[in-house]
Amino acid sequence: MSAADAAPNPWVDPSYVVDNWDTILAYTAQHVRLTVLAVVIGSVIALPMALVARRSRWLAGPVLGLSTLVYTIPSLAMFAFVAPFTGLSETTVLIGLVLYSLVVLVRNFLAGLQSVPADVVEAARGMGYGAGRLLWRVELPLALPSFVAGIRIATVSTVALVTVGVIVGQGGLGQLITGGFNANFYRAPIVTGAVGCVLLALLADALIALAGRWVTPWTRTVRA
Amino acid sequence: MNVFGDAVRFLNDPFNWTRPGSGILDLLVQHLQISGAAVALALLVALPLGTWLGHTGRGGAFTVALSNVGRAVPTLAILTIFAVTPIGFGPQATTLALALFAIPPVLTNTYVGFRQVDRDVVEAARAMGMTGRQVTFRAELPLAMPLLMTGVRTAAVQVVATATLAALVAGGGLGRIINLGFGQQNYGQVVAGAIVVAALAVLTELVFVALSWLLTPGPRTLPRLRRRPAAA
Repeated sequence: MSAADAAPNPWVDPSYVVDNWDTILAYTAQHVRLTVLAVVIGSVIALPMALVARRSRWLAGPVLGLSTLVYTIPSLAMFAFVAPFTGLSETTVLIGLVLYSLVVLVRNFLAGLQSVPADVVEAARGMGYGAGRLLWRVELPLALPSFVAGIRIATVSTVALVTVGVIVGQGGLGQLITGGFNANFYRAPIVTGAVGCVLLALLADALIALAGRWVTPWTRTVRA
Repeated sequence: MNVFGDAVRFLNDPFNWTRPGSGILDLLVQHLQISGAAVALALLVALPLGTWLGHTGRGGAFTVALSNVGRAVPTLAILTIFAVTPIGFGPQATTLALALFAIPPVLTNTYVGFRQVDRDVVEAARAMGMTGRQVTFRAELPLAMPLLMTGVRTAAVQVVATATLAALVAGGGLGRIINLGFGQQNYGQVVAGAIVVAALAVLTELVFVALSWLLTPGPRTLPRLRRRPAAA
């Protein structure tokens, strides 16, 4: 048995949560703030990228390649790259998170746009739809389920990824995880941080899924 | 850009590559072992499960929810929790954590790939007298292949990239170069490690793109050379 087991060191400790409620709340707020900002900014950048990538096969390769390259940069190094410019701030973490969310979002947005059946597009063109109206009235609605799936994946991944921000001291609930680890393997904060992350991710996912059902009412009848 | 100059200098020193135990080459082997084992483990679980659930259409909500729980758990949390349990520090804990991390993309993509197969195609296949197994492997699988391989590729690249976190729990791999660089405030070494890992991940991506191209049925033209569909 290691020294960590000598003193009482329970996995779950409600009194820890009660005693440190304000700290936990503050870290949760940071976690939510970083996640929402990252996914919103990521989506705003990803849609034009996906549209451009679809329009031109010459650009699709570089756009996807670039986003892949970004995703392959390990988060450890990503924050080290950004830190000299933005310091040990939330901005450092946010820039990294946006870049990572872009990969998921661009891919899913592009897959959604490409999944629009060619005969539907042809029919719309035949009915006199111009490029703008075709996109807005036909292609985007049909691609919406894919978009929602992408945003769900990006959000859940981002919630998990925020924890790596501990490297610059801005890791949201991740601060509890490493804080507990560094405090002689104090398990209560580790578990609190981990469970908090999971609950946050599930809540965000459920909310987006609900919103997705709401904006795509036609998909509900498919099962029947 | 002094940091990048330092990085190039680090990579240009042969001893940094061949040093036994902690040279780039030895760490690369470790990295690939951990990543390979993690991806194999994930595929072993996620591919059959995703195929079966996607084919039967059963437990969809449950799968996605389970999958989301898996994805929602931060790798850092799993690594840390494993480290304070009897599993302890080391490559085993890392492999397990990365495998758990790699299951969601494969499972979800496989399931969605199978579910997105046109129901008319499945009905037609049934009407032609195909058994359940034949429908699965001859009708649904080829149509689900692009998404399925997207899941596998995503998982593989993700594992190779995040295997760097192994260094934080003494699990070895290329992350140790970065970790050591951080510890010594040597950002040249940090960037050098990042470059090596990024290159490895890009290579992984390319390998899986090629693999997915080979496994996807249909006319095998090179992606760049494929003509635009007449309708577009």
